[in-house]
Parts: sequence; C-alpha cells; structure tokens
Amino acid sequence: MHPVLKIVIQRLFLGLLTLLVVSIVIFIAVNSLPGDFAQAILGQSATPEAVAAIRKDLGLDQPAITRYFTWLGDMVTGNLGISFAQANFASFVGTSAESGSGPVTVLQQIAPRFQNTMFLAGVTAVIAVPLSLLLGILAALFRNSVFDKVANVGALSAVSSPEFFLAYVLILFLAVLNPVLPSLSNIYSDMGFGERLLRTLLPALTLTLMVTAQMMRMTRAAIINLLASPYIEMARLKGLSPMRVIVKHALPNALAPIINVIALNLAYLITGVVVVEVVFVYPGIGQLFVDSVKIRDIPVVQACCLIFAGAYILLNLMADVLSIISNPRLRHPK
Amino acid sequence: MSGLMWIVAALVVIAALSWVFRFAGQAVTGNRPYFRDMSYGVAFGFVLGAAILIWVVYTFIKARFILDETAAAPYFFFIFAVEGLIVAGIAAWLFRAAGRLVGTGGTRKLFRSMPLTASFGILVIIIYAILSIFAQVIAPYGQEEVFAAANTLPGTDPMHPLGTDNIGRDLLSRLIYGAQNTVGIAFVTTCLAFLLGGSLGFLAATLGGWLDQLVSRAVDVLMAIPSLIFALLLMTIASAWAGNQGWLLTVYMIVIIAVIDSTRVFRLARAVGINIVVMDYIEAAKLRGEGLGYLIFREILPNAYAPLLAEFGLRFCFVFLTIASLSFLGVGIQPPLADWGTMVRDLAQFINFAAFSPLTAALPLMAAGAIALLTVSVNFVVDWMLQKSSGLKE
Amino acid sequence: MTDERQTLVEIRDLWIEGRSDEEWNPIINGVDLTLHKGEVLGLIGESGAGKSTLGLASMGYTRDGVRISKGSVKFDGIELTTASAAKKRALLGKRIAYVAQSAAASFNPAHKLIDQHTEAPVQHHVSSKSEAVADGIELYRRLRLPNPDEIGFRYPHQVSGGQLQRAMTAMAMSCRPDLIIFDEPTTALDVTTQIEVLAAIRDIVEQFDTAAIYITHDLAVVAQMADRIKVLLKGDEVETAETREMLSTPKEDYTKSLWAVRSFQRPAKPAPAVDATPVISVQNITAAYGKMPVLHDVSFDIHAGRTVAVVGESGSGKSTTARVITGLLPQTDGVIEYRGQPLPADYRKRDRNQLRQAQMIYQMADTALNPRKSIGEIIGRPVEFYMGLRGRKKRERVRELLNEIELEPDQFIHRLPSELSGGQKQRVGIARALAAEPEFIICDEVTSALDQLVAEGILKLLARLQDELGLSYMFITHDLATVKAIADEVVVMKDGHVVEHGPKDDMFRPPHHPYTDLLLSSVPEMDPDWLTNLLAERGVENIGDAAVDKM
Repeated sequence: MHPVLKIVIQRLFLGLLTLLVVSIVIFIAVNSLPGDFAQAILGQSATPEAVAAIRKDLGLDQPAITRYFTWLGDMVTGNLGISFAQANFASFVGTSAESGSGPVTVLQQIAPRFQNTMFLAGVTAVIAVPLSLLLGILAALFRNSVFDKVANVGALSAVSSPEFFLAYVLILFLAVLNPVLPSLSNIYSDMGFGERLLRTLLPALTLTLMVTAQMMRMTRAAIINLLASPYIEMARLKGLSPMRVIVKHALPNALAPIINVIALNLAYLITGVVVVEVVFVYPGIGQLFVDSVKIRDIPVVQACCLIFAGAYILLNLMADVLSIISNPRLRHPK
Repeated sequence: MSGLMWIVAALVVIAALSWVFRFAGQAVTGNRPYFRDMSYGVAFGFVLGAAILIWVVYTFIKARFILDETAAAPYFFFIFAVEGLIVAGIAAWLFRAAGRLVGTGGTRKLFRSMPLTASFGILVIIIYAILSIFAQVIAPYGQEEVFAAANTLPGTDPMHPLGTDNIGRDLLSRLIYGAQNTVGIAFVTTCLAFLLGGSLGFLAATLGGWLDQLVSRAVDVLMAIPSLIFALLLMTIASAWAGNQGWLLTVYMIVIIAVIDSTRVFRLARAVGINIVVMDYIEAAKLRGEGLGYLIFREILPNAYAPLLAEFGLRFCFVFLTIASLSFLGVGIQPPLADWGTMVRDLAQFINFAAFSPLTAALPLMAAGAIALLTVSVNFVVDWMLQKSSGLKE
Repeated sequence: MTDERQTLVEIRDLWIEGRSDEEWNPIINGVDLTLHKGEVLGLIGESGAGKSTLGLASMGYTRDGVRISKGSVKFDGIELTTASAAKKRALLGKRIAYVAQSAAASFNPAHKLIDQHTEAPVQHHVSSKSEAVADGIELYRRLRLPNPDEIGFRYPHQVSGGQLQRAMTAMAMSCRPDLIIFDEPTTALDVTTQIEVLAAIRDIVEQFDTAAIYITHDLAVVAQMADRIKVLLKGDEVETAETREMLSTPKEDYTKSLWAVRSFQRPAKPAPAVDATPVISVQNITAAYGKMPVLHDVSFDIHAGRTVAVVGESGSGKSTTARVITGLLPQTDGVIEYRGQPLPADYRKRDRNQLRQAQMIYQMADTALNPRKSIGEIIGRPVEFYMGLRGRKKRERVRELLNEIELEPDQFIHRLPSELSGGQKQRVGIARALAAEPEFIICDEVTSALDQLVAEGILKLLARLQDELGLSYMFITHDLATVKAIADEVVVMKDGHVVEHGPKDDMFRPPHHPYTDLLLSSVPEMDPDWLTNLLAERGVENIGDAAVDKM
C-alpha cells in the first residue's frame, strides 16, 4: 500500500477513536449530574410513580454501560432524543407520538440551526481565507516595513480582543452611527439569499476580524520561515524573478503550513461562533447551545457538544491529512 | 450604490497618483535605487496609506474643531479613538524614556531595545495591577452598595460620573471592582492551570515511558473538545451541583477552566522539557547519578523560564477571555460580584443611544474595552518577549 | 602567467556590514579581490572570517540583514553594487552560478532535480526545456553520477548527500557560466564521499575552463582545487599568493600558524604489558536501537594512560559504542569491564564510584553546558557531588581546575557559557570531566566543531593532562589528522563492526584492510598534487562511494 494512504487511514482511524472517547467523556460528564433526568423534567413536586414511569421510558433504570451504548447508537442513527424544554409529562406517558404533532425532537430543533451556523461559517471563510492569505503574504514580502508593523499591531489587537468587544464596535460604527447593516440577524427559513446574506454580514465580519488576524499572522510566520531556507536563496541566486521565487519555490512548500493555519482557524470559528451568535441573536447552533446550558436542557447540550467536538476533530483531521498529502517526502518515498 | 461608486473612483484616482508618485520620485532623486527598483504595488501602497491618513486627519479636525456639538456627536467615538491612540503613544513613549533613565543596568538595557507597543503593554499591566489590588481604596463606593437613584445616565449626576445601573449601583465603582474580580480570578485560574499542567508536563518529559503516554493521550482527548464548548458543558453540570450558591459556582468555574487550560500548558511544558532533556548537559547530569528532583529543578526549569513566562501571558489572556465570555453568556462569575463580562451583557442595549448620547453608548464598550485593553497589552508584551528570544537564537 | 589573462571579477576596497540588535557590525573591512577568466581562487579562513559573505558579494548579492557599505564589485566590467535588480538577475544563474554548502537543504524538496536543473537555462532563454534536460543528463554523466539517465527524475530526498552535491554542481553548470562560487561544498560530507565530489568538481571546472571562487576552511582541500589562495581573518585579508608558493613559503604569522597545526604529533608510548588489566575492556558488545541492530560483536581494550582512537564515518557506530560504555544504551550481548570487574549494563544500576570513573566530553560544547549556570557552578557540581567538598574548599578546587585548563579563574568563574568562545566552552567541558577525578574519559568528536588552531590547543591540553594525571582516553573522531596527532591505538569501525584494530604506527603503514586503506587514502593532504597523484594511482573508479560499493 502507498505509505500516504496508510498514514491517512491511520489518521482517520485515530480521529474516529478520539470521537468515540470524547463521546464517553461527554456521557460521563452528563451522568455525573445530581439526581436524574426524570426528576429534572418533572420538577420537585412530581409523584414517585410519574418519575418511575419516565425513568423506565428513558431507560434510566438500565445500567450505565447499556445506557451509553443505547445513546451512542441513537446518536449514530440521528436519533438525538427529545429536548426537555419541548417534552412534557403527557408526551412521555400519553400517546401523542402517534398523532404527528408530537414534541419536537432535538434533531428537528438542531437541523435548521446547524444550517444557519454553517452558512455563517461559510460566509466568514469565503471572506477571511483569501483576505488573510493576501495580507499574510504581503506582510511577509514587505516585512519590517511600515505596512507590516501596522498590520502586525492591528492583527495582534484583533486576535487578543474578546469577540463581543469587536462585535459591539462593529455594531456601533456600521449599524448605529452609520446604519449600513442590520444589527440583529434574525433569519427565517423562507428568506431570500440576498436578504439572508445581508443579515449575516455583521456577525460574519466580526468573525472575519478574529480569524483573519490569526491566519494572517500565522501565514506571515510560515512564509518568513520558508524564505530563510537555503533553497529560496538558491532560487534567487539563479536569477529568477521575485514572483517566480514565491510562486514556484516558496508556495509549494508553504502549502502544508498554510492549510494547517486555515483548518485550525476554521476549527476556532466553532468556539467563536457561540459568543457572536449570542451578540447578534443569530439563530444558530451556538445560541441554542447557550440557551440550553442555561435551562440545563441536557439532551440538547449533549448533542450540540458532540456536534461541535465532531466538527473540531474533523477539521483538525483534514489539516493533518492535507498536510501529509502536500509533503513531497511522503508522496514520493525512497 | 453611490457609496460603491465613490470607492471605485477613489481607487482609480489613487492608482493614477501612485504612478505619478513613483515617476516623480525617480525624476527628483535622479533615479536612486530605492525609486528605480520600486514596484508599482509598493507605490500604490504608499499612496493608499497617505490617502487614509489624510482622510483621518481631515475628519478629525473637522469634527473636533469645526462642527458644533450636536453635529459632532456621531464623531464622538472617532475622536475618542484618535485621541486615545495619540495619548497611548505619548504615554508609552514617556514610560519608555523613564525606564531608560531609572532602574538597574539590566532593566535600563531592556527598555532601550523595547518597541513602543511593549512599553505600552507594560504600562497598562502595571495600571491594572494597581487598580485590582487597591480597588477598595480607589473606588468611590462598594461594589454592592445600592443607591436610591437607579438608572441615572452618565454625566447627569456628579455623585455618579458614569451613572447607576437598573438597581442603583454606582457603575464607576463596579468597573473598578471588575478589575479586581475578573483579573484576580483569571490570575488564580492561570496559576492553578500552570501548577497542574506544568508539573505533569515536566514529569512526563523527564520520565517518559508509560506515564508520558498515559497523560499525553488523556490530554489529546480533552483537547479534541473545543475549550469554550467543554467549559459550557461542565458549567451546566457545575451549576446543577452548586444550586443557588453563586460563590460555589465561581469556585467550580475556576477549577473547570484551570483543568481545561492545564492541557495546553501540559503540551507546552512537555515540548519545552523534551527539547531540554535531549541536551548533552542533561545527559551529563544523568550520568553523574543526579536524582529526579535535581534534574527538574536545577537543570531543566532554569532553561524553561522564558517560554513558560511567555506562555503564562498567553494563557492568562485566554483564561481571562474565557471567563469574560462565560460571564457574558451568563454562566460565569455570579452576582453580586462586579465583573466586566456580565456588565457588557447588562449594558449592551445602551449601544443604540450612540447617535444622541455617546457617553451612554460608551458604557458597554468601556467594560468590553477594559477586557480588550488588558489582553491586547499582555499580547504586546508577550509578542515582544517571543521575538526577543527567537532573535537571540539566530 | 595568470595576470595576462582577462580580468573577470574585480573587487576594490569592499566594506560589508551585518545588523545585529539594531547595530551594524563590520563583516568585511576593505578587501580587494581579483579573479581572472578560467582561474580558481581559494578563499580560506576560520568561522567568522567573512568568506561566504565575500563570496556572495562577488555575485552582487547580500543576505538579509547584510549590506555593502562601501567599495565596488565589478563583474566583467559591470558594476554590481549599483546595478538594477533586473540587470543582476540577468547575470545570476546565467553567467554567475552558486553551489551551496548543504545540497540537501538547497534543493527545493517540492521539485524533481531535473526540473530545478532546467529552470535557469529556460528562464534565461539559453536553451529549450528538452535541450536543457538532455544537457543535464550529459552533465550528470560527466560528473560520474550513477544512473545519469534516471537520477534527475528523482526528488532531492531520494538522493544521497554526495550525489546531491554533484547534481548541484551540474545545475550550476547548466548555463555554462563564466564564474561559479563554491561555498564549502564538501564540508558536510564524509571523507570518502568528499574525495569523489572534489575530483568531479575539479574535473568539470577544468573541462569548461570556468572561473571559480572556492570557499573552505580546509587547507588540504583548497590546495587541491585552487590556483591561488586568499587567506581571510575576521574580515581582513591576511595574504594572497599562488597555491604552491603559499603552501611552501607563507609570509604572515597567522598563515604560518595555520600551516603548523598539521604538524602536531605526540611521541609514541611504549606498548602496555601483555598481562596488564585494561582500564576499560569492551568485550563482544552487540547493541540495538529498538529492533535496529547497530553494533555487532565489538571488542577492544583501553589501557591506563593511553589513547584509543575510534574512527569511522557517520553511522559507523562510534558514538553508539560510547553510549554502551557509559550505560545510556544497555547492550543486548557482551560485557563492559572496568579494571576486570563487569559494569552493570544500565547506568542507573551503577554506583557512584563506577559513574565517576568514566567521564564524557561532548562534541557540541553549546549543548553540553547548561546555559543558565555559571562556569563556577558547572565545574563545582561534580566536585561537590563526588568529592563532598563544600564552601571554601569547593571554590578552591574549582579555581585549581580552571587553572588546569588554562582559564584565568577570577575572570571566568562567574561567567555564563554564552559569554565564552567555542574553544573556552570546550575547556570548561574538560574541567567538568576532570572534576570527577576519573581514570577514563570519552572524548566524542571534541575538536570537530572547532577551528583548526583552537582544536590544536584542545588536543595539546588533553595530551598534557594525560601525561600529568595518567588518564585513559577513548577518542571518537572522523578526522584522521587528529588520530595521527594524539592516538596510541586505533580502532576502525564500519556499519557497527570493528574492521581493524591495532597500534597507530601499524595502522598508518600498509598493508591493511581495504576499508582502512580507502579511509586513509581519502584524507586530503597539503600537497597540491595529492589528488592528481591519487587519481593517477587508483583511477576514478576506485575512490569514494564507488569503491565502498565494490567492497
């Protein structure tokens, strides 16, 4: 087997394993809650019989290991359970499931919001990735110039500020003082693409500021690191044009670090998105997550956590795999 | 659309001007190498930068000196930003100049090679440290003190220069106490994370073997969950355990964030440790028959201070931002403790008053800006330290 | 003779500065250089002499953070210091080419060799891509690369160091330049590989009558390659002369001292008594890194007061043997005896006295001394640890040791390693080993990172200490000149086996094992005809890797 394929399969396997262990960690964490779900759903005033009924219904009378595998099986098949907020006593003991107007499942709750979040992340990536690469390459080319210094100070400031500070500054200048963009991002499913884009723009800009700064700095560092290598000097001493030195000699070797930078920052978006969605009241998965945390809606928290962790692991895995593929030493073994 | 047209027109003018600029430069300097070898892009950059600078100066002068007060209101924040930048620059310059004159030979040498950003950072860190330590002395009122006049706007009551919140607490005092609470808690959390992650990291690096494998794999798994998400999940559980006791939840939060962050510290400490352990002087000490304690404390640690200190700065920022974010989301530091993240959330709606009452709109930005200022400052200092240590290696 | 030929490069009063810590420090101070067409000029000097900077400046190129502050560089009448970037680019690669020290780092890992080879001719419109490929293959053949038709289609990491260096020479030749700068092209190579590369470079430079500047710190190498030699010291020119004249009658004191380094040799010691117990006896050692075997049945003895030199190329198992003796890498088979008593295989199981008796001096003094500890602390620790001395007694002993290694105690005791020169650091390493008062010291390539004059000082110090204290040395080195200077017995290793083993005088006199023979004959000598004679004697097929492969 080609060694690259072998390493890639190894990494994929490792990623799956990590996800599995992460699911165990989440399961253990959730199960360390005081009392149990049944009590939480019904409140303190519930009769013991009702609690027992729900315990049976939810399978809480089973041992922990059985429950874990049931839960894992449900997760894999897309059955994320029923949110506490949506559930009521009747839905557990009654027959409402047959009537079609039953409680909204977590899946039904998460799916549209997940789409919204992906849309926001996508818009951010489309703006941020080319912009940061361009700025990073320029800063590396003109390092120690005025442009580089200003860009560096700006980027450092943006990276280290909290998301909500950037968000409010943007709201202040772009929504309140100069009403160009809407400050609230209420989005509906039947909205046109243009309208949706316009309302997503402000949160996307906030996230762009955060990740662009980070990506720009890392791209700059990666390229400067590379420009110091002897083969770049060799290319210059061959009398090649600066453009050719960059495109033909630096870029193919910079791919791995740059891909890594992009993937890492897209992974970072996942965390950033939570706060930004709350600021702009953007109906994404991050906001749902925070709301569920506040009311301790365990099935939702659990599912969101797994989705976030899964996306995070996936992106890191992609970075890993892509940088392996872009390494000539591995692609062309001895 | 007209806005877009304006931008395009401006760019065309700048493009033309940059060609003129380069040509003039070549002609005036008699084709000096700098202008002769200047690419068009560089000339464009110069002219673009100059255009932006001219616009800023023009707008600033117009808003500051020409327009009357009501017309200038929308420019309040713009003026504040420009003046703030100038004041910060002067303060940093003065501080650096003072540092070059006063102090031991070592510190004076340090100040001589310091960029303005770093000296600004150090100045801000010192101010924050003073504020947080002496908050009780500096703040006009206590953080939980409630006054009869609730919801007063800033600038209306001389007793409360920044006004009061919806239940009548003095906002200026709460802002100052926020330094003590938010910074203090973040500092304690970071120390805890370092104690835990650092000692495990060095132990893993020195001993290697199964201990290293075990801890490293565990850390890998914990790091596969995004830290804010993991913190939120654990905070959900902690809040169930803590019940209505706010202070207990704050303690839980410190422990939770410390543990999550210690994984990052562990990674770094282990990497730094492993780089040192392969050095010949460690081998020489091992062959001498030295014990584990001597190896770690006398041989490895002294060489790890610089990267660890830089990491401490970065970790502190990260912890500080995580706590602020949690508080902002409503699950972090609990009332009645004053804290900046919570203040931002509570005051956020005032931002819509920006057009007619800028000072009111500034309130949430003040709390958020207080967070940003500290983290930016720490990052400036750390950036300088890292650059200095990497420069020495070359 | 050469003065009648046309001048190619003319450097006049060149001053170059380098930036460190916001300050500009001088690197080259007003050096003149003249190079005629078809001539090879050797630039020699110790590290920090500014050889590479001067070589690059003759191409009109300075590295980042380096600038030409004054003077002129003319290439074929073109003033390079004021030429436009485009004008210089048109010369570089086409009329002036460069061969770097590390070919492995100077080939772009992302492209095949031939693609990098053809880049200059195609970009400079010298020839078409297919012509350049054909020419490249021809050059590979002339440089005697194995499989010349295929080797160009490999990636750099798939080709060995010596071959890469020749491929880089071919690449420099691709446009048939007027001038090639060789910047230490063989420094990173083993001796047997080096000779092959030297022969190839000399051959091709002669074939195309190319002018060259050959930069090196190795006198014997430059003697083979250059028509004229220029000696540099800290950015100043010491002297310039024809190679033969320079070798036979150097004028300046510095040059004379450089030449004299090679003449240091210790008087032979009487052979040890037949029944004497060796201090260290290595018996049938076999060892492995994980599952990879590295040592096979290695045996030799080290007697009191004698020096055993272990020689071999990189990867031969020299340093691994030292790791087994110190107990860092427990052997899988065999035994190490100290004065007839077997030592535990793992150093953790050895007692304090056993550890004390075997000390080690390392190749890289930079990594061997803790950068955060003062010299006094570094030397004081073993004094305290083994001898139990404290306070004033410890200080006195440290001062005594500093005197022993010829460093003034008052001046050095409170300094940090970073404030010392390379040679001084190495001396501190020796003092740390002496502080344990051992009987046996392992010296692992202790002089190979040092300039020749400094290295000679270290060798003399080690020799004096041996005579005074009766120490035994295991001297690991790849440099046979060092072996000649200091060894009493020699062990030759190759691929983890001991190839040959005996007293020094026997080793330097034939007949011996073909590998020893190859190793010995591959060490360049100061005679400018040495390479020519050797090639005439053995033929190109019987040197270097080709000869190793035949064995």
